[in-house]
Amino acid sequence: MALPDGAQVVVPPRAPALRRATLADREDVLGRLLLAPAFLYVILLVGIPFVLAIMLSFSGARSGTLSFDWVGARHFRTIISDAQFLLTLRNTLIFTVASQVLVMILATTAANVLEVAFFGKRAVRMLLLLPWAVPVSLATMAWAWIFDSTFSVINWTLRALGLFQGWIYWLGDPEVAMLAIIIIHVWRMFPFATVILLAGMTAIPLEIREASVIDGASFWRRLFHVNLPLLLPVVTVAVLFGVVFTSTDLSVVYLLTRGGPYNSTHVLSSLAFQRGILGGDLGQGAAIALFLLPVLVVVAIIMLRLARRTEVGG
Amino acid sequence: MGYVETRDLHKHYGEVRAVDGVDLEVNEGELLVLLGPSGCGKTTLMRMIAGLEVPTSGEISIAGERVDEGVPPRARGIAMVFQSYALYPHKTAFRNIAFPLEAAGQPPERVKERVQGGARMFGIERLLGRFPRQLSGGERQRVALARAVVRDPRVFLFDEPLSNLDAQLRAIARYELKEFQRQLGTTTIYVTHDQVEAMGLGDRIAVMEKGRVRQIGTPQDVYDYPADTFVATFLGSPPMNLVEHDERTLLGFRPEQLLPRSIFPSSQPVFSYHLRVRQVEHLGADRLIYGYLEEETRADQPVIADLPVTITLPIAEQQVYEFAVPRSAMRSFDRATGLRRDGAA
Repeated sequence: MALPDGAQVVVPPRAPALRRATLADREDVLGRLLLAPAFLYVILLVGIPFVLAIMLSFSGARSGTLSFDWVGARHFRTIISDAQFLLTLRNTLIFTVASQVLVMILATTAANVLEVAFFGKRAVRMLLLLPWAVPVSLATMAWAWIFDSTFSVINWTLRALGLFQGWIYWLGDPEVAMLAIIIIHVWRMFPFATVILLAGMTAIPLEIREASVIDGASFWRRLFHVNLPLLLPVVTVAVLFGVVFTSTDLSVVYLLTRGGPYNSTHVLSSLAFQRGILGGDLGQGAAIALFLLPVLVVVAIIMLRLARRTEVGG
Repeated sequence: MGYVETRDLHKHYGEVRAVDGVDLEVNEGELLVLLGPSGCGKTTLMRMIAGLEVPTSGEISIAGERVDEGVPPRARGIAMVFQSYALYPHKTAFRNIAFPLEAAGQPPERVKERVQGGARMFGIERLLGRFPRQLSGGERQRVALARAVVRDPRVFLFDEPLSNLDAQLRAIARYELKEFQRQLGTTTIYVTHDQVEAMGLGDRIAVMEKGRVRQIGTPQDVYDYPADTFVATFLGSPPMNLVEHDERTLLGFRPEQLLPRSIFPSSQPVFSYHLRVRQVEHLGADRLIYGYLEEETRADQPVIADLPVTITLPIAEQQVYEFAVPRSAMRSFDRATGLRRDGAA
């Protein structure tokens, strides 16, 4: 449209500050910017050490030198024929499976108990989380005293109650030492699993749980046919975390038994530490540490698949 | 004596009296609707009958048997359909319907037979293999009903089972629900806040407010003779008009009873009013007239008139017309208590 001569085009004034797109408007840039710290963290502290570990496991690197000669799968061949390694592998599997089974049973029980309303529930929930919050080293030292060969609180208590007159050498007998390690691990891990399960239980619609009550299902039928199946995605996550945390944990074994007696309670991570760092054979240490990686990856994939399938089914 | 009965039933949450002394008698085979606004205690009342809530005090009995103390939900012989249907998302429709039968320890052949019988009843045989998320709202509702029916319960409890359906489906579902309840003849308690649903479904309606039952009666009874001003204004859409008559009296009349004076024969006793029209809504089947009564003693009282399409008299906004209410349709309420007074106004 042509304007007559002398006519002025009037532009309505706008707030100048909002006329340009700000950083907050540009989601692509903002998104990358906000992700950058986490990305850097993962690359520097997880990614690079991980690649380095893989490279080390195929090298003859020893501590104190900078040599990095390629030796192929030699370390892996060595450790598979090493009886100590096989025992350690077995320990790791027993340790992981046993403690996870116990953790899930205890956590399911605790979650069911804690869900029922009772006086002081919040306080109990708080207390329950303590084992998770206490530093591993402190907790393990406390347990070391509980399992002490002379002062064992458990032994003295059993004796005082007249329940058991013998004497258990908790950390002296290979079988019992393994049990002691599993006990500590269960004690440490189950609060976390309980919290995850409690969160999962609150996510089940109340009406569904009430429907199962109305439908006349007993406690066990409700647990196994309604609550646990609906919890499966959450349980899977809890187990996955538990498996990864347990099978890669160094602290409890190292602080409690140092792998003893006679290297009988080593797990992969403690053996890797002993061979790689203390023994100086970085290559073999890395090979031992990485041995379970393929297994863990497969376990993770299977569990995540399973979890997704349940969600789709629901 | 009622088939389901509550006696002076209370449920208090701290200071809040969710249910505040309810005496209810549900007759065998009838469909009783608990109607009221949200928060009136109707759902809490039903949940106590189901056994999902423990009463603060009072008695509940089903088929002459006290159930309020120590009788768990599974032993009460009740089946409940929830607002969300509460189907088990990880089970197929078949397994959902089978669940209460399996819980009762019935043998597999019998379970299969009954599930298929229930499915046939609601026309969902071909859906039995599907998971709830693969079903539409209406189909889910049928699965939930089938799950309730297969157990052969003594009492059905329905908690707003139609509120998740869209408006068109709801009318059909309401019809079907009533139909099947009549076929089975099972005593049914039905909770809703929807007065149309209540009027359409109920053999009787119990109108609740603030934890108390305000009135129980047939839909017609409750509609025509509301016990108080709350029931009068809660039931009916648009609600009953209430106008001040004198210091002690409110007069109430239904919008469809407020009609142009000219359509009544002069011999019929009526109350006539001057109505100033503010707005006219054409709703197809009828016209809603919003206006004010222009009377010397009681000015500017808002009322609504509902004229059927058969009354073609032109009505213009801002004009004053003479309207009337037949004396027989006029109800009178005590202004102080809100209670209806017996007899003609």
